[in-house]
Amino acid sequence: MKVLNSEELNRKFQEKIDNDIKIEPNDWMPDAYRQTLIRQISQHAHSEVVGMLPEGNWITRAPNLRRKAVLLAKVQDEAGHGLYLYSATETLGADREDTIDDLHSGKAKYSSIFNYPTLSWADMGAIGWLVDGAAIMNQVPLCRCSYGPYARAMVRVCKEESFHQRQGFEIMMKLANGSPEQKDMAQDALNRFWWPALMMFGPSDDDSPNSQQSMKWKIKRFSNDDLRQQFVDATVAQAALIGLTIPDPDLKFDKKSGHYIFGEINWNEFYEVVKGNGPCNKERIDARRKAKENGLWVREAAMAFSAKRAIKKSA
Amino acid sequence: MTKNEALFNYTLRLGDDSLILGQRLAEWCGHGPILEEDIAITNISLDLIGQATNLLNYAALIENKDRNADNIAFLRLEKEYCNILLVEQLNGDFGDTMMRQFLFDAFRKPLFEMLQFSKDKQLAAIAEKSLKETKYHLKHSSEWIIRLGDGTEESHQRVQNSLTNLWRYTDELFFTDESDTLLGELGIIPDFSKIKEVWSANVTAVFEQATLQIPANNWQFEGGRKGRHSEHMGYLLAELQYMQRAYPNMEW
Repeated sequence: MKVLNSEELNRKFQEKIDNDIKIEPNDWMPDAYRQTLIRQISQHAHSEVVGMLPEGNWITRAPNLRRKAVLLAKVQDEAGHGLYLYSATETLGADREDTIDDLHSGKAKYSSIFNYPTLSWADMGAIGWLVDGAAIMNQVPLCRCSYGPYARAMVRVCKEESFHQRQGFEIMMKLANGSPEQKDMAQDALNRFWWPALMMFGPSDDDSPNSQQSMKWKIKRFSNDDLRQQFVDATVAQAALIGLTIPDPDLKFDKKSGHYIFGEINWNEFYEVVKGNGPCNKERIDARRKAKENGLWVREAAMAFSAKRAIKKSA
Repeated sequence: MTKNEALFNYTLRLGDDSLILGQRLAEWCGHGPILEEDIAITNISLDLIGQATNLLNYAALIENKDRNADNIAFLRLEKEYCNILLVEQLNGDFGDTMMRQFLFDAFRKPLFEMLQFSKDKQLAAIAEKSLKETKYHLKHSSEWIIRLGDGTEESHQRVQNSLTNLWRYTDELFFTDESDTLLGELGIIPDFSKIKEVWSANVTAVFEQATLQIPANNWQFEGGRKGRHSEHMGYLLAELQYMQRAYPNMEW
């Protein structure tokens, strides 16, 4: 068998990508590609898991049985997404517990939006509508990502996210058509979540260090700014439909381009939240760390038990 | 007491047990010992809330007083809830939660197995549907009790403490009063002594595998079925009812 040198391997790898052939776990891949994917997929998994906390905050206070059931189902989906994304990182040779430790130490990031508090029932609507809505914009292109296991996981994730987005919008619609208190609640949630939702697409293209290479590897297909624009264009109309006001005095429709022009994003706030200075960064990580610590004896018991059974079986 | 009154009482009791345990389990969301358990516990909670919805809807229908499942679930006074004390107990650690769940599931499975043959068609249908879920719940909680009991020294000690603390609430699973006697005579609900036989055999077998001891002190509490709850109940209801109390008469 002919042994290929690294230049040839790289060339063949890029050729596959250019021809839209999926890269599978046992295929050769450049180390940087592997590391980029481990970083991106594990951060995506962390976002799903940390994202359970702000919504979990309202399950016990959901206003009726149907809303409680739907919210439980949604949060359960998110835990499921976390699980198969962690599994996708394992196909790349990463260890789930190591990546979780990176989250707890602050080395690994997760979506900044989950560092904002959920203060009212309307926040469940705003999160579904805006946060899951933005996530879909980001994730639909990932269904065609060059790495097979990630792409396939995203097909399922996107189907469920689309339900989540609709249930969020439905909560908002109900509130917006409800009593004055309910409408206020909905508007207040939109005011607090609008800008953080726009930040979910990441820094502007000029300031996005990893974007170029990811585009070449077809991990990323559209730029942050393009996806953000797509989100604004879709969401402004939805807000108008239910009579809520987007909290941006500079927002206006540009006939020439066919897009909405929106105000300046407060990037200072974005970088502060990423650094750990958001309103709930500490609470979120503390909660996750505590869950792991409090569960240690349970995991140890499960390991000890399965070791005992293995001995019994072999005896 | 009329048949309808008895049927209402019974349906409400089953519904409240599901509602309150579902509410308790929901508190675990995002705090489980492993991600798989976050999925399992939210799923069990979801099943219980689903059961509560079916049962309380039926209770509302029997009552025929212009209330629906939501009014019943969210707008009663504490003393009007008739769940057993076991299900309102605090989550504690994972062992406490699994022990509470196991003691409950081991009751619910034979109950639904027998109730699916009820002469009341609606109760029979709810039991048949709930049985499918309950089988999974019992499998899950039994396996954890065995794992924790026969795991490490620490896990054994912890889950033994859970059993010692929660055993006092198990007799109330089999609480009966005149409603139950009437419904039993009409073939609408099964004989509780038969459920107790199956329950006892099952918990004994699982505790044996788990190397756990049923406590010698067999003092038993009751009160929940009569609306006399533990100190924990008011706080649970404060969360459950928060939105309905703060924003009355609104659609969500």
